[in-house]
Amino acid sequence: MNTLATGLSFAATPLVAGLFDAPVGVAHYLVVGAILFTSGVVCMALKRNALGVLMGIELVLNGANVNFVAFSSPYLRGEGAASLGLDGQLIALFVILLAAAEAAVALAITLNFYNNHATVDIDRADDLKG
Amino acid sequence: MMSFGVVPLAGLVAAVAVDVPFAVVNWHSVLFLLFAAVACACAVAVVLADNVVRMAFYLVLSLAATAGLFFLAGAEFVGAMQLMIYVGGTLVLLVFGVMLTAQAPFVAIKTSAGDRVLAGMVGAALLAVLLQAAFRVEPWRRPAMAAVAAPAATPIGMALLGVRVDEPAAGVPTTAVRSGYLLPFEIVSVHLLVVLVGAAYLARAKRRRTPRSIDVAASSVGPVVTAREAARSSASALVSGGGR
Repeated sequence: MNTLATGLSFAATPLVAGLFDAPVGVAHYLVVGAILFTSGVVCMALKRNALGVLMGIELVLNGANVNFVAFSSPYLRGEGAASLGLDGQLIALFVILLAAAEAAVALAITLNFYNNHATVDIDRADDLKG
Repeated sequence: MMSFGVVPLAGLVAAVAVDVPFAVVNWHSVLFLLFAAVACACAVAVVLADNVVRMAFYLVLSLAATAGLFFLAGAEFVGAMQLMIYVGGTLVLLVFGVMLTAQAPFVAIKTSAGDRVLAGMVGAALLAVLLQAAFRVEPWRRPAMAAVAAPAATPIGMALLGVRVDEPAAGVPTTAVRSGYLLPFEIVSVHLLVVLVGAAYLARAKRRRTPRSIDVAASSVGPVVTAREAARSSASALVSGGGR
């Protein structure tokens, strides 16, 4: 057990030491935003529950927000890098507000669909199919 | 899921304890790794979970960890709004939707395995493109530790009122006229009002119309009595009353 722990720490040291010493940059935030965005896209494409699709949309908007905040941050960029300044934070605020509005309307539509069809499976929403 | 998260974390803790001196540890990076791991793991768990209630729970965790990332990036006002509006408002709305529609057959709707494989391939391709783009630009990769900036709440509030008091972005001359955000603020507020009224209208309970009192009175007189006959009889009553 002890040897396993030392071996693990030795194997992880070069990677981990860099992660712990080096300051976090915009690229790190972009990675997190990319993972959130991809998860949201896959969630939107994959889920058959209408509320699952809504959650995917929330994840996508949140990934975009992470990118906006990272580009506007005064801590993360190196010398000479472009920056959004305060505009990024304001855009992120507007995205949060629009996400709230979108969630309200989408939830109302989902409840209406549930009232009319007695299901939330979006594969059953094929009334317009020719 | 848990073992996936725990093993690298144990490696990190061991490395910190054994090799990295305590004072050298950059706590900004450590907290970033913690919040980023929680946000990404919970976002992936939202995709992998089939139960819609668990999906909502993982989404709450992911968005809350993202608020932590906003705090670490120096956007404390946006982080607080994320916690209050997103986690406190939007997700509560979603959880209410889950509770209202969580009948037994719809709690876990399975997706077919072929669709899962296809979505995984498309997602991996998209992620590869995005990650490559993320590490492309050199100055984004090697940040300098900046001095502590002033809190951003006051500039944000002034910008929403149409007055910019913050420093211009890099490359923009100081004398340039910069637009405030008063008009988008007004548009968004009216938009939010309209959307909430529309949502309340869409999601209203469909009740059968209760008969009004005048309809009840008319139907009690009898279906054969039309309005014209009623008027004529009342007029003749008036005439006869006047002649009397």
